[in-house]
Amino acid sequence: MSALEVVGTSKIFNQGSLKQVDALVDVNLTVSPGEFVSLIGPSGCGKSTLLRLIANLLEPTSGSVSVNKKTAAQARLDQDYGMAFQQAGLFDWRTVSKNIELPLELKGWDKAKREARAKEMLELVKLPEFADLYPWQLSGGMQQRIAIARALAAHPPLLLMDEPFGALDEMTREYMQGELLRICGETSTTVVFVTHSIPEAVYLSNRVVVMSPRPGRITSVIDVNLGSKRNEDTRAADGFFRSITAVREALRGTHADHAAANAVRGVEDR
Amino acid sequence: MSGVNVTSTSARNFRRARQVGPAIVFGVAFLALWEFAVRGFDLKPYFLAAPSKIGEQFIKSYSRIWEASMVSGGNALVGLVVGTFLGIAMSFILSRYRFLGELVTPLAIALNAIPIFVLVAILNNMYSITSEIPRRVMVTLVVYFIILVNVAKGLTQVRSTHVELMRSYAASEFAILRKVRVPNAVPYLFTALKVAAPASVITAFVSEYFGGLQNGLGSRITSNIANSKNAAAWAYVLGACLLGLAFYTVSIILEGIARKGEAK
Amino acid sequence: MLMRRIAYRSSMFVLAIALVVALWEGYKVVGPQDGGKLFGVSILPRANNTAMPHVWTMLSRYGRPEVRGSDTKIWSVVLSGTLFSLRLSLVGFFLGTTIGVGLAVLMSRFKVVQRGLLPYLVMSQTVPLIALAPLVVSWGGKLEIGSFIWPRWLSASILGTFLAFFPIAVGTLRGLASAPAAAVELMDSYAASWRQTLFKLRFPAAVPFMVPAFKLGASGAVVGVVVAEISTGLKGGIGRLIIEYAREATGDPAKVFTAVFGAAALGITMSGLVALSDVLLMRNRPKETSA
Repeated sequence: MSALEVVGTSKIFNQGSLKQVDALVDVNLTVSPGEFVSLIGPSGCGKSTLLRLIANLLEPTSGSVSVNKKTAAQARLDQDYGMAFQQAGLFDWRTVSKNIELPLELKGWDKAKREARAKEMLELVKLPEFADLYPWQLSGGMQQRIAIARALAAHPPLLLMDEPFGALDEMTREYMQGELLRICGETSTTVVFVTHSIPEAVYLSNRVVVMSPRPGRITSVIDVNLGSKRNEDTRAADGFFRSITAVREALRGTHADHAAANAVRGVEDR
Repeated sequence: MSGVNVTSTSARNFRRARQVGPAIVFGVAFLALWEFAVRGFDLKPYFLAAPSKIGEQFIKSYSRIWEASMVSGGNALVGLVVGTFLGIAMSFILSRYRFLGELVTPLAIALNAIPIFVLVAILNNMYSITSEIPRRVMVTLVVYFIILVNVAKGLTQVRSTHVELMRSYAASEFAILRKVRVPNAVPYLFTALKVAAPASVITAFVSEYFGGLQNGLGSRITSNIANSKNAAAWAYVLGACLLGLAFYTVSIILEGIARKGEAK
Repeated sequence: MLMRRIAYRSSMFVLAIALVVALWEGYKVVGPQDGGKLFGVSILPRANNTAMPHVWTMLSRYGRPEVRGSDTKIWSVVLSGTLFSLRLSLVGFFLGTTIGVGLAVLMSRFKVVQRGLLPYLVMSQTVPLIALAPLVVSWGGKLEIGSFIWPRWLSASILGTFLAFFPIAVGTLRGLASAPAAAVELMDSYAASWRQTLFKLRFPAAVPFMVPAFKLGASGAVVGVVVAEISTGLKGGIGRLIIEYAREATGDPAKVFTAVFGAAALGITMSGLVALSDVLLMRNRPKETSA
């Protein structure tokens, strides 16, 4: 039984034209229920594209994606996953609690049930007293916690996160990582997590998937054996540093490729 | 994306056709519908004149329409130029003295809300009604406030980093004005001009409805309708539209010249 | 904080008006009685009491009868004229809002409609559509649709609609497109329908763009109605009063000013109504930090 299966999947943009981009080529990835998997790699390696293929926000050019043994399209219709982005993306015109209710509203839940669930989710992210405030009255970290609450509101088995802590300061970021692990532990949610940060990937994940650009592909998968109970001491543990070094070395290989490719082309990527 | 920036000409032409195509189709379909509606339902000319009739009239009275356009267009142009210069001058004064700016802004907002062109009724008495002066003064007033509000905004709403940078160089207020405020205000000026140019034509034109000389486009339209010559009136309306478009086009070209080489 | 800013702004406004009055009266003292030339252009207005009556003469005129010997005071005539034009402007504004918002939704739904229509909408902003005023008003009383006889006042409202719907359509369209890509993606990830995305995301996101567009639309409606009244002498409204009173300026110079102030009040009332909706709609939105 797998929570997520990506088989031989490729995504080519502008196929056949001179502007063709091989965003992802022949990607295979299986994620078990309850597992936390991070996708890491330099920009242009296709990690966000892979996340969007899983979310069915993009259609693969070839290969197949299945979530919960369903096609990605069906999984989206059934709301089998929740999603969180780098920008919290809360709606300014809705209160915190109404923001959490949004996905439930779209599924046609009745008001009482929605409000009860929003309350439950606010307890989960430890912000129950902020229900009636507006998002812009909260700090960035709080907004991101509300976004996570929104993503988990329908109790989806899978959570997809696209650099959700990328815009936060380092202190808030570490706190949020701890909170995310706690929340996912309590709800036994499977997570696919896109990030730029090596310590973040290592601290959170059971497995770190290292990706490389041109064409976008998976170059290595590193198991992180830090156990299921992680806390602030984990950040000082030997195993933590060993895994960081392993991921860094795997990434360095892809970076060397990247730099060489740029030198040959004589263009800057961004 | 570091894309190879080559697109074949045919692909570009195709894209352009897809951009412009629907507009052309809509325009032609609209004219055709209009023509057929007038003919098919035998609409009375007081309601709608057929586009073909309007075109006919336009060609027939081309020289008279041109003359009337010169009168209205001349008034608009004089007011536009004078109003722009006065507006720029005043905005420099306002940006220098904060208090003056705060004094004038609420007034400008209120003026924005009211149909200011009714002042022509008063201007006609203050000047000789048989001259173009009241109309030109009216256009000047309208243009003046549009330019004033926008350019003053451009001169004052500069990025604080830029001002702090200049201060760190111990630059004088005048240097900050020249190197930071004025360049920042240039795009605002041209945005304002794009609004002011058509507004000057419209004002010049509406001013003629208040009586006085009967030589411009506005008065010709009313007199043609009074004589039940509706196709002729539509031909003058067409002339008015072309005049408005001409003013707008010139303001866009000016903007293009002034902002050449700037980052998009 | 907000109250203090409003108080400050209004006191500035009063001060500015006082300044305009002072300039007016000051010019009457120093200006040439029969006009004058500056750099060879007769640009100096006549300072005499016929061309530029004293401010107190204008204000006291409100208390006197409209015509000699009549019982109706002029303030009630101007008030009813302003209210008449206000009604026409409101009709024009609501029609314009309906059409404008409808078109914007259509254009944001179908790119083909947008490509076909938008160039004309933009172009129409630059041409004096107001030129149509006398033509449209000439429909009044002549055009019959079934048993419905087109009333003349409706023409004036339609002209207001003409001038109101363009800014509203363009502003709403820009607003509907302003929803951040991430938010649209979020709605997609919920498998939300087009209607759900429209009402839960795009319209709320469009409000900050729609309010200024409504402001432009409201003053457009006023301009359209007043121009229609002036260019065709439509009875009952403030535009007609201005034209009539302007003709009596030699004998009763203060009279036209009473009507001009009425038109100003009309414009300010309309934009005040929109400003009120602004306050209501934006009360729970992030506040702008800039003054």
